[in-house]
Amino acid sequence: MISGNIITDFSLLILFLPLVAFVINIIFGKRLPRQGDWVSVGAILITLILSLSLLMNMLMNWDSDFSHEAVIPWIDLGAFKITLGFWVDNITVVMLVVVSLISSMTHIFSLEYMKGDIRYNRYYAYLGLFTFSMNGIVLANNVMSLYIFWELVGVSSYLLIGHWFEKHSAADASKKAFLTNRVGDIGFFIGIMIMFTAIGSFNFQDLFKGVSEGLVTGSLLTFAGLGLFMGAVGKSSQFPLHIWLPDAMEGPTPVSALMHAATMVAAGVYLTVRLFPLFSPEALTIIAYVGGFTALFAATIAITQNDIKKVLAYSTVSQLGYMILAVGVGNYVAAFFHLLTHAMFKACLFYGSGSVIHSMHHSLHELKDHDTDPQDMRNMGGFKSKMPLTHWTMLIATLAISGVPLFSGFLSKDAILAGTLAFAQNHPQHILLPIFGFGAAAITAFYMFRLIFMTFYGKPKMEKVFKGIHESPRVMTFPLVLLAGLSFFIFYTLPYFNPFSDHGWFTELIKASNSAVPGNPSAEEIYKGVHHAHYTAMGLSLLVAAFGIGLSYLMYIKEKFSAEAWAKKMGFFYKLSLNKYFFDENYNRFLYQPFLKLSRAVAYVDWDLYDKYFINGFGHVTKILSKITGRMDYEGLDQTLVDGVGRTTQGFGEQLKQVQTGRLQNYMLFALIGVILILVFQAV
Amino acid sequence: MNHLLSWIIWLPILGMVAIAFVPRDKSEVIKKIAAVFSGLQLLLAIYLWRIFDASNGTFQFMERAEWIPSFNITYILGVDGLSLPMVFLMALIGFIGVFVSWNIDKAVKGYFSLFLLLNTGVMGVFLSLDFFLFYIFWEVMLLPMYFLIGMWGGPQREYAAIKFFIYTLFGSVLMLIAILALYFTCGNTFDMLVLMDTAPTALNGMLWWGMSAIKVIWVLLFIGFAIKVPVFPFHTWLPLAHVEAPTAISVILAGVLLKLGVYGILRVNYNMLPDGVFWFAGALAVLGLINVIWGAMCALAQTDLKKLVAYSSVNHMGYTLIGMAAVIAASEMNGENLISAQAGLGGAVFQMFNHGTISAMLFILVGVIYDRAHHRDIDGFGGLASQMPIYTAFVAIAFFAGLGLPGFSGFVSEAMIFIGAFPVFKTVVIISTLGILLNAAYFLWAFQRMFFGPANEKYNELPEINKRELFTVIPLAVITLILGVYPRPFLDLIAATLNVLIESVVSYGGLAAAM
Repeated sequence: MISGNIITDFSLLILFLPLVAFVINIIFGKRLPRQGDWVSVGAILITLILSLSLLMNMLMNWDSDFSHEAVIPWIDLGAFKITLGFWVDNITVVMLVVVSLISSMTHIFSLEYMKGDIRYNRYYAYLGLFTFSMNGIVLANNVMSLYIFWELVGVSSYLLIGHWFEKHSAADASKKAFLTNRVGDIGFFIGIMIMFTAIGSFNFQDLFKGVSEGLVTGSLLTFAGLGLFMGAVGKSSQFPLHIWLPDAMEGPTPVSALMHAATMVAAGVYLTVRLFPLFSPEALTIIAYVGGFTALFAATIAITQNDIKKVLAYSTVSQLGYMILAVGVGNYVAAFFHLLTHAMFKACLFYGSGSVIHSMHHSLHELKDHDTDPQDMRNMGGFKSKMPLTHWTMLIATLAISGVPLFSGFLSKDAILAGTLAFAQNHPQHILLPIFGFGAAAITAFYMFRLIFMTFYGKPKMEKVFKGIHESPRVMTFPLVLLAGLSFFIFYTLPYFNPFSDHGWFTELIKASNSAVPGNPSAEEIYKGVHHAHYTAMGLSLLVAAFGIGLSYLMYIKEKFSAEAWAKKMGFFYKLSLNKYFFDENYNRFLYQPFLKLSRAVAYVDWDLYDKYFINGFGHVTKILSKITGRMDYEGLDQTLVDGVGRTTQGFGEQLKQVQTGRLQNYMLFALIGVILILVFQAV
Repeated sequence: MNHLLSWIIWLPILGMVAIAFVPRDKSEVIKKIAAVFSGLQLLLAIYLWRIFDASNGTFQFMERAEWIPSFNITYILGVDGLSLPMVFLMALIGFIGVFVSWNIDKAVKGYFSLFLLLNTGVMGVFLSLDFFLFYIFWEVMLLPMYFLIGMWGGPQREYAAIKFFIYTLFGSVLMLIAILALYFTCGNTFDMLVLMDTAPTALNGMLWWGMSAIKVIWVLLFIGFAIKVPVFPFHTWLPLAHVEAPTAISVILAGVLLKLGVYGILRVNYNMLPDGVFWFAGALAVLGLINVIWGAMCALAQTDLKKLVAYSSVNHMGYTLIGMAAVIAASEMNGENLISAQAGLGGAVFQMFNHGTISAMLFILVGVIYDRAHHRDIDGFGGLASQMPIYTAFVAIAFFAGLGLPGFSGFVSEAMIFIGAFPVFKTVVIISTLGILLNAAYFLWAFQRMFFGPANEKYNELPEINKRELFTVIPLAVITLILGVYPRPFLDLIAATLNVLIESVVSYGGLAAAM
């Protein structure tokens, strides 16, 4: 067992090594040999080793209550304090392994996939920044640190999605991802503020304690919980903020595997798992519906997509919906379990699609064909013979995601569906939730096999292109093989070998804790319900998976029904699904454009009306007033009054002038009269 | 060093005198003199920051000299945790501004003389503790600004200059009336320290034309300062002045001059009329909200990059107002809830500083592209990222700092403001968090239009950002990053003063009812 200090040191290294790689590569990368890719790969491999040693430590301890916390003060104004810190428990350790493993695979896969890219060093630098941010989320011990790294994940995804920014679509997608995430972040921050105002701390454990003591209750607690959940809706691409993820496929494919399968989008689920004890029953119900609906809704889009990466993108949205659904019904450990298994098989699928696209791209390049879309499955078919490794690994991952026994997805999906079924058994009014869940499971099995059949089976659609198709080199197939291997059940059930039960190290070491909200069912009660519903759920899920796979087989291999004819028959729904229910169009028409128009109107009012007429009006009025006063001053006061006084005096003077005759005798006469008058008055 | 503060204020004037002796055609020498004197001033400011006692919240390095005894006018200087960051900011941006102005070739002698005079005026306002002196410096600052915009500005420079001048002068007049009102009601003194002690009680219950004297003086002062901030609806001079002013002047205007308004409100309104704070805080928060949303929406609609950045200032200063308003939390909870007051007010002061560094960076970078392309039309570029990668990287840093990304200082101050104001002004804060989204929207949209997409052939030959320009941007970027990662060096500096300020506001809170 390693001591707390060493865990802190390991965490620090795991967090900062990728950041160091980022700084080195962004500044010096171009001048380093091989553009510095070895710096990044080296850093991430050390991170992986450190994470794995933490995992080993966890397995050797075998303690489900293990936790370790380390903090540093960050802001201290006396009363107002914020600390940053680490919280390491078993969930953290597993998540660290997921992040560093998938990130390592992406680093290795990209060595070939991104070879010769114009911004190769920057690509590797950004991968480092992304890994740093993601690990920051995983290690956070309080909502403020979580929010900080949350935003940093946003910006690294912005940089990576927009890697090929010369393409307008990539630039658009990166901006869309950042802004859509920010919508969720607003809610997240409001949730943080409500919690801090009520409890006075950001720390997870303090928040749980505060809630259990009743410092936040009732609708305020629900509100706060939904605010925090909004952050997850944004990051985990849940309805109605799901729109950014499919567009984010504009980024390089290894990035899609890293961010849009295993890490960034998983951050939202991780958040809800971490903060599960804070959610009130009402909030959880809403969470369950958002997740369940997203699972089904995204699956119905995936069935009609022809772009291989778009299918995977919508499948990711759908699978994330599953996890959110599991959190909503209280079975959050199952959500985390599915996060873990999904990370492996979905990353494998993305690398597989990357391998196919890479090969298509090369073949098209040889043919000097720049018009054919290398990602369109309608241009593929029959690749099984040319790319056997890619085919087998993708097939394994597809079996896993479809919930076929012996594979990891079967266990985690089953756990989620059992939880949902149990929830509906206790609350019959929520019968829709399991319907969402099982419906999505059937559709998932269908469209995933559709992907496999369209790509690897049947006759090649474009013979010329097919000729140039070849298996990818080892650096690309190695991650595929590794992750396909990790899609088998055994890695999750050790030390047990029962492929039909998830009982194993995971369930032993990661135990649900009770909700801090008084009134929520205890972890024990939830577990009992799940256990009770387990066999029914398993039977049903096997049934729907078989149905989906079978339908796909009949349609695309046996061609018993024609997909085109069905599409025509379902015209309206087919169009809805193909066009993703017109969300982008409607958001654009009813949200972005009106707001932009409003902003332009505001700017017009500000500049061309308010400033020009009102503010400058003061100037004009002053000028007019000045003119009037000027005129009054000159014509009124000066010319009339002042000069008037002058003229009056003058006139009076004219009159008076006549008195002054200049003759001496007259003066003598006046003087005499005066003297007489004086004498007369004195006498009186 | 004795008279450290005087040295900081008057050094630029010495520089001006030195420049006066240089023949007008030796522009290199003139520039170097300006650089040396602002450099010395910056060193003194750093020295001041190093020896400043952060645990002491009152005024330090006080200087006091008789000036016009018959009117009780004294030369008083002093610095506390509120003015120290502003002094440092001015010294830094003043120094950087000289290098930003290096390309000026018209009437160099006049330009740099006025530039240094402006520096003295601003420093004087931050450091003087006598109201008369304060007002003199306030007006001194106006004059060089008028000429700098009016003579070295863009096509509409004369209109912009006169508008700026008259608008600000209008505010000064209201301020002068308020200063005289305080002078005559509080014992015929301009000494701000005395006024801080006497004004709250002397004005208590006094009625003018049936209105509370406190309210009247509050509003007069507030309008005077609000024009400078600028607070909606007094903001429209700002985009115009920014667009027309030469780059370095925009940098000083956004980086420091706008802070004079907030500084004035905190120094005068908060310290001398604490009752008014409680009366006005709600309005302050609402005005802040309008600034945030209105400024952001206007910024979103702009096609001129400089105007966009100018409106972003309106937007960012709005957060400051919301944070300042949060100070009243402390009394509503009977002095118990100091957390909100500290977070809000601390965030506001921090935001002032951060907006100083970030907006300075933004305006410098706007200047860089304008010098090369001779226009600032956002839609007129496209694909610059592949032509000028280093420049792009710095614009990205500035934009992300501007949109409040964690890791940059702006995030810390905005988060503090929101957290502090939330318990008191829930609705205002919730609506203003929309600003988080809008900030990101206008910056990223502009960024995409300018830097992403296929490269514009026209600009293939644009030279990359040069060393001099990098020298002006890098210090600001580094400060923003350091304080974003670890804000304590700044916050520890202001903490003691904040508490003094909060206490002085709160201790008169009980009187609010008597107004």
